[in-house]
Amino acid sequence: MAQRKPFRWHVGVFLAPALLVYTAIMIVPLIGTLNLSLFNLDQGNRVFVGLANFATLFGDPRWSGAFWNALGNNAWFFLVHMLVQNPIGILLAALLSSPRLRMAAFYRTAIFIPTILSFVVVGFVWKLILSPIWGIAPGMLDAVGLKSLFAPWLGREGSALTTLALVSVWQFVGIPMMLIYAALLSIPDEVIEAAEMDGVTGWSQFRKIKLPLILPAIGIISILTFVGNFNAFDLIYVSQGALAGPNFATDILGTFLYRTFFGFQLQLGDPHMGATIATAMFGIILVGVCIYLFTIQTRLRRYQF
Amino acid sequence: MTPTLRLALLASTVLAGAAAAQDVTLTIESWRNDDLTIWQQQIIPAFEAAHPGIKVNFAPTAPAEYNAVLNSKLDAGSAGDLITCRPFDASLELFSKGKLADLTDLAAMANFSDVAKSAWQTDDGAATFCVPMASVIHGFIYNKTAFDELGLTPPATLDEFYAVLDKIKEDGRYIPMAMGTADQWEAATMGYQNIGPTFWKGEEGRKALIEGSQKLTDEAWVEPFRQLARWKDYLGDGFEAQTYPDSQNLFTLGRAAIYPAGSWEIGVFTPQIEGAFEMGAFAPPVAAAGDTCYISDHTDIALGLNAASPNAEAARTFLEWVGSPDFATLYANALPGFFSLNSAPVEMADPLAQDFVGWRETCEPTIRSTYQILSRGTPNLENETWNASANVITGAETPEDAAARLQEGLASWYQPQQ
Repeated sequence: MAQRKPFRWHVGVFLAPALLVYTAIMIVPLIGTLNLSLFNLDQGNRVFVGLANFATLFGDPRWSGAFWNALGNNAWFFLVHMLVQNPIGILLAALLSSPRLRMAAFYRTAIFIPTILSFVVVGFVWKLILSPIWGIAPGMLDAVGLKSLFAPWLGREGSALTTLALVSVWQFVGIPMMLIYAALLSIPDEVIEAAEMDGVTGWSQFRKIKLPLILPAIGIISILTFVGNFNAFDLIYVSQGALAGPNFATDILGTFLYRTFFGFQLQLGDPHMGATIATAMFGIILVGVCIYLFTIQTRLRRYQF
Repeated sequence: MTPTLRLALLASTVLAGAAAAQDVTLTIESWRNDDLTIWQQQIIPAFEAAHPGIKVNFAPTAPAEYNAVLNSKLDAGSAGDLITCRPFDASLELFSKGKLADLTDLAAMANFSDVAKSAWQTDDGAATFCVPMASVIHGFIYNKTAFDELGLTPPATLDEFYAVLDKIKEDGRYIPMAMGTADQWEAATMGYQNIGPTFWKGEEGRKALIEGSQKLTDEAWVEPFRQLARWKDYLGDGFEAQTYPDSQNLFTLGRAAIYPAGSWEIGVFTPQIEGAFEMGAFAPPVAAAGDTCYISDHTDIALGLNAASPNAEAARTFLEWVGSPDFATLYANALPGFFSLNSAPVEMADPLAQDFVGWRETCEPTIRSTYQILSRGTPNLENETWNASANVITGAETPEDAAARLQEGLASWYQPQQ
């Protein structure tokens, strides 16, 4: 006897506020941006140009040169985070979760604090620290006899981007640390005790028992880092300006988009090419997230206790 | 309250209202919020005293927001009667959209030279839509006390210029020149546009570039880059990461001897230095003694009339006054470093400002080469020049390569250069 369940209205009612707000402030502007990238101005009139803006972005050597430069810099920015921020985050979490560590709460807070600072503060403070004229970095290096190692890092093409990436790592290392710390704490004591009974301790315990159990957390951190880095803008804008100097060495997709969309100094803003770059960024992030979701996350094994 | 008293009060209110209605209030839109007190305490009272019946209200917005705020106010019909004009394309666009009134027939326009008006004219020069107020002049400010200490005299030619720099460097007590490449615009504005006019012969070269008869790869346009490349040795340690405020501080703290400057710094430096040392100024050095010198006397600020203003009559009276020598004297003395564009000579009290403005007599003035017409397309010539000037100084690009890149970019969209 199949009696139809009554339609559950309350589900819709409870979902509606979030759905409406999300649609109004996220989905509609997103579609608006995608739409804007298909138009351009022709003698002052807005006309539909199809994919011509994308042809300009990827075909015109000036546009494509700037785009690939920004994408390359973005990739390096991401790589530095993956190679430095996340391993350090894991290491700090492992140290914090050690039962013999005293003042763990203090370290945890101290390392997490930069994360809640504004980009503007971080960018400005590091710019001052590293300033060759007033900064404390040259003086500190001098005090240990390593003055010769100092260079105006933010002003050199070769080192500016890496320096900024490391500043960003300094600011955000608290986030992977906290997530992995939480994952480590959720490992039941029985598992650890069983491992100790079997003689698996120390480094091999971490590698063989704990690491597999926190892999899903590391996966989530990687994808958050990826999305965060490819959307980055603030730190570069604050410390190097919209022209992302020296000689565009720190230009990432966010600053390239900003300059194009809003204009800069005598350059008037071009909303259509700006939207085209924004759409390309959206595509890059979408592809990256999909690769993660369909190839990596499905293979991650989850353990339930 | 008795009925009589009520009546008396009512009558007085009505009468006062009628008296006030004869006064016209003009509102000025501006981005110069730094100058609010100067307008309120010096400029407006002077005008109101001479023109009873017209009241003026100075209503500035923050510089970075000005263009956007002004555009939306003009579209909504809520903008003030008088509009402070940015130079060149921003104002030209407002004029072509019919937002700014044509002021060509204003009698005070006769007080301004063609160069002074060029920033607020249609490309063919037929219509002028803003009354020029002030310009800024480029040159070099130097630490006179340090120069006396080292026994140096301000240089007039390029050879003397480098000889002076060499001597300061040799002595080692002062950084020869305070400039950094981190903000890029310093290198372009205080570097390239400062010394450049000497090589491209001011207006002659600038106009030839717009006509297409000269190219950025011509000797006259590459040579300023070669000069900039030579500056590298005289800048402070770590100049690659030195920002504009860093450079200003290096100079005002007395650590650097020469500062490639814009005249607006006079108003900033004088109170900061507080007499700790004396300042002087010299014009961009010329190639050989006796050559004509050229200076960048860049038209920066003007005042226009909102085409939709209901008080156009009164606003025109105000604009005539802005174009008069009286206003020029008042403004130039209240804001040292912003020089009147009026043809009538202006007496200024500030000695450093006098030095700068004195070059108008001895040198040929021009404006920044990239501002008129040439920065309308993509890539934007002004922004590219920032990058190229900084690259040339750091050595990331040779002067020839930088010039070739700028030329290629300009030719990609500007017809006369193709």
